[in-house]
Amino acid sequence: MPDADTAPLISMQGVSKFFDEFQALKDVSLCVKEGERVVVCGPSGSGKSTLIRCINRLEAHEAGDIVVDGVTLSDKTLDHIRGTVGMVFQQFNLFPHLTVLENLTLGPRRALGLSEEEAEARAMLYLERVRIPDQANKLPRQLSGGQQQRVAIARSLCMEPRILLFDEPTSALDPEMIAEVLDVMVELARSGMTMIVVTHEMGFARKVADTMVFMDKGEIVEIGPPEQVFKAPKSARFATFLNQILNH
Amino acid sequence: MNRIFLLVPLLLLTGCGGANWGWYIIDPTTTTGWNNLKFLASGAYWTIALSLTAICFSVVIGLLIALPGLSKHRGWRGVNRTYVELVRAVPILVLILWVWYGLPVVSGINLTIFWAGVLALALSDSAFQAEIFRAGIQSVARGQYEAAQSISLNYRDTMRYVILPQAIRRILPALGNQFVYMIKMSSLVSVIGMQELTRKANELSVSVYRPLEIYTILVVEYLILILIVSAGVRWLERKMQAAEQ
Ligand SMILES: Nc1ncnc2c1ncn2[C@@H]1O[C@H](COP(=O)(O)OP(=O)(O)OP(=O)(O)O)[C@@H](O)[C@H]1O
Ligand SMILES: [Mg+2]
Repeated sequence: MPDADTAPLISMQGVSKFFDEFQALKDVSLCVKEGERVVVCGPSGSGKSTLIRCINRLEAHEAGDIVVDGVTLSDKTLDHIRGTVGMVFQQFNLFPHLTVLENLTLGPRRALGLSEEEAEARAMLYLERVRIPDQANKLPRQLSGGQQQRVAIARSLCMEPRILLFDEPTSALDPEMIAEVLDVMVELARSGMTMIVVTHEMGFARKVADTMVFMDKGEIVEIGPPEQVFKAPKSARFATFLNQILNH
Repeated sequence: MNRIFLLVPLLLLTGCGGANWGWYIIDPTTTTGWNNLKFLASGAYWTIALSLTAICFSVVIGLLIALPGLSKHRGWRGVNRTYVELVRAVPILVLILWVWYGLPVVSGINLTIFWAGVLALALSDSAFQAEIFRAGIQSVARGQYEAAQSISLNYRDTMRYVILPQAIRRILPALGNQFVYMIKMSSLVSVIGMQELTRKANELSVSVYRPLEIYTILVVEYLILILIVSAGVRWLERKMQAAEQ
């Protein structure tokens, strides 16, 4: 067991990612400890999604190293790392032809080899955790956006990952549904889950973030505890950005 | 059912012909007429068996050919393109003749007429089927693959449980059209001696010299078969649409 105080759960060193000629990530380094909550913000196109998508290799990085739980990410170790890292998407990406319960049990049954009963018991456990056990037999389209996103969170949790990545989980939601999703995420954070959350919900960031990351043009421009970076932004770019999103 | 009205001009045409028509040869009230009718309709079994079996094979082959077409690797995509372009370039009738007369010589495999027909029809249709599958699979959003990957599903499970169920719903109308097409193309297998609808009509026509009446019946036979199939496909589509609501 690596010591939680010293060995990071995720360590990115000098990571670069290109889309053809365009460099979406420029030599990015970031360490995340077990139980740490990182909130990533930044203007559109700054590389936030690319950053977290590289961690579970939805995008393959071209340079640098990504080490997750002591294992260096490559095509060979991909299966292991996908089992450690869960992801929640902006557009939920639930499987529309499967019921909520089937969405939740598919991974545990097919990838973890659980029996139907075990998988269903686990699914119900996490549906209760996101507070919608009564919707288990509905299809995703019969649920509200907020409920769908909570199902998506439960689907990730059913794989019992050690790290959860969130890519703007509330951006596709109507305003009145944002709170129910954020509440579930706050609770998750309290339970000690290691999380990297891309979001512009600064209230959430203040409440749960251990570390704020501000990205711009493929680089991490500012990083630190939220009290510190919010109060005294070091860079002009971050100050401008904060002004924009707090006064929009 | 608008299509039923298509039958009206046909019946008018046959009625107006007057003395030139010799409907007696298929008059069900006479023994000969009744036997002739039974003889003509007896081909229906093989027409249906042939097209049903062929469509099943062509769907499977089509899917197997579509998958490499979706690969990231150029080599695999090349396999798909080559197959599709080659098979599409051969006329069905030519393929039927080749499978029946050529294949046994080069391979030593002796197929029955039925299986030679199935093979030729299925191969020929599989190229179109592959294109339909490819388009259907490509229409499934990328986020579905990403979600499947993020819960650690492998390629096979991703296809089987996530992508194909969604793709097949979308391509069902196209698959239905392809089935109708297959029923029509099965008539070509008559040239190698398959006793299906067209062959029966040909045989009767040479023996009683009443091609007009006999081929008119043949047209009606295909029309009925295909109307039934299209109605079935539309019913399935409606059911799927209802399930999407
Ligand atoms: N698949 C891709 N192909 C080409 N360019 C891409 C691709 N994905 C992202 N990019 C580019 O990389 C840059 C970073 O994209 P990314 O999605 O990471 O930004 P983001 O910070 O998440 O933005 P947003 O807030 O709009 O989600 C953008 O300029 C984008 O156009
Ligand atoms: Mg993004």
